[in-house]
Amino acid sequence: MSPTYHPGVHRFALVLTAATFLLLIAGALVTSNEAALSVPDWPLSYGSLTPPMVGGIAYEHTHRVVAATVGLLTVVMALLLWNNEERTWIRWLGLGAILAVCLQGLLGGLTVLLQLHYGFPVEHASLAQIFFGCVVAIALFTSRWWVSPQPLREDCGEPSVHTVALLNSAVIFLQVVLGAGFRHKNIPIWPHLLGAVAVAGTVTWTGIVLRRRFDAAKELTRARIALHSVFGVQFLLGGGALWARLATTRAPQPVGLTVAVTVIHTVVGALTFACAVVVLLLCYRLVPRRAGSAVAASEAEAVRP
Amino acid sequence: MKLRVWAGLAGVASLALLMGSCGKSEDESAKKSPEASAAATPIDPATVGSIAGTVKLDGPAPKAKAINMAADAICAGAHATPATDPEVVVGTGGSLANVIVYVKDGLGNRTFSTPSAPVELNQQGCMYNPHIVAMMAGQTVDVKNSDKTTHNIHPIPRNNKEWNKSQPPGAADLQEVFAREEITIPVKCNVHPWMKSYIAVFKHPFFAVTLPDGSFSIKGLPPGTYTIEAWHERYGTTSQSVTIGPKEAKTISFSLKPDTGGD
Repeated sequence: MSPTYHPGVHRFALVLTAATFLLLIAGALVTSNEAALSVPDWPLSYGSLTPPMVGGIAYEHTHRVVAATVGLLTVVMALLLWNNEERTWIRWLGLGAILAVCLQGLLGGLTVLLQLHYGFPVEHASLAQIFFGCVVAIALFTSRWWVSPQPLREDCGEPSVHTVALLNSAVIFLQVVLGAGFRHKNIPIWPHLLGAVAVAGTVTWTGIVLRRRFDAAKELTRARIALHSVFGVQFLLGGGALWARLATTRAPQPVGLTVAVTVIHTVVGALTFACAVVVLLLCYRLVPRRAGSAVAASEAEAVRP
Repeated sequence: MKLRVWAGLAGVASLALLMGSCGKSEDESAKKSPEASAAATPIDPATVGSIAGTVKLDGPAPKAKAINMAADAICAGAHATPATDPEVVVGTGGSLANVIVYVKDGLGNRTFSTPSAPVELNQQGCMYNPHIVAMMAGQTVDVKNSDKTTHNIHPIPRNNKEWNKSQPPGAADLQEVFAREEITIPVKCNVHPWMKSYIAVFKHPFFAVTLPDGSFSIKGLPPGTYTIEAWHERYGTTSQSVTIGPKEAKTISFSLKPDTGGD
């Protein structure tokens, strides 16, 4: 039996996704403006919910307010999923999102209280990507398209498209972690540059596999084009961010252009990871894994590419 | 009074060395370190000399960079014309301000009493004043906020305890101590990211920070041969060996090479 489409739940998931994207922008603004420690206390800001919104405090406190909003939205999302969804695993995914957002808040607090030590900024930035991927997945799982019957495709190649897409997502995630490591001055630039080459390789490979094996599947084609487009933009932004950093090394304070480029590079990095997650989930939705292909094929019409 | 304290400390150090000579390990360490013998030598105030001089930048001065304080109207309003980055302050003839000149080596194992008077680090016009603070380990730094806006003060040491504290306008001064020698500790205000300072912490009192004319003076040095180092936040360090005799007033000069980094 197909799961029921709940338009309200899906729309709320889209709102949560948009709010999380705003939170990523707010977080990136904090780092680019060197404002992470402008508020030395946590969870309150200067012992208050309404600190003076000047200089770095404006970035840091805004980040905290947006984060708290996303936390509340995540709780509401989980309740909506728990009360409306027939699929048990999505209910648990909602609870997992609450756990992730709480852990993320705690990591943010430890980042402040422990003055950016022990790798907490990188862990905070990395968990942000996982949480964003999680809410994007919830939005996809609750969509009308996902719960509607779809023609299934058969994967004729080796390695399986699932393996390729999973590897692509993992490499992009690793690259995002390396980017956070460089951004927070934990590692030099070269691992991130090598990561960019690796991502170019896996994105290209994923594109080739999808195009050769599933050219007729319009959803996979769209997702492939989106992944390539976002990665292309991200690659150029990476070059721009590096140039801007080098050009403003001697500036006495963060320069607007550098802040803008590095923030956009950070959030488009998150979008690239989200695209990879969507490609991966579409592969699992549309292409039965080989062990279960016989069962899946009996449930829906298998279409050869 | 201070000299008597020094003499007393030198006496205690001598006694400790004498007692230590009975133990094998202490005896070995004394043999390993030729400076240890200097610890037995009290400073005779009648023979102390001084080192004075200037620090210059050996090349063109970079253009002063204006600071944009638009993020905080109170900061922007505190300056009739935009403040400039104090990283490189070059005067007439290339004289370089904000250079820390200090005795790096040659004092042996002498110990020195910590001054009871604090040094001051003021936040004024959303700038640190002075830009460079030099002090002794154990001495108090008195952090003031003369601005009508909130600051956070965040020293980032490698060898001392790190802290990050807020100081709203009108708040009491923060009185902090760095226990160990460290040259230097960067200090930041994350509310106003252009606010940067450096604190140099010494275990002896023989240091100075160059004035706008590039001059410095270190007094009260016992006769001896010393390594004198000059440290600048952008141009790094340079050092030279200086020997001063009894009551000698030595004059030296340092020349720092400009970097090739862009501005």
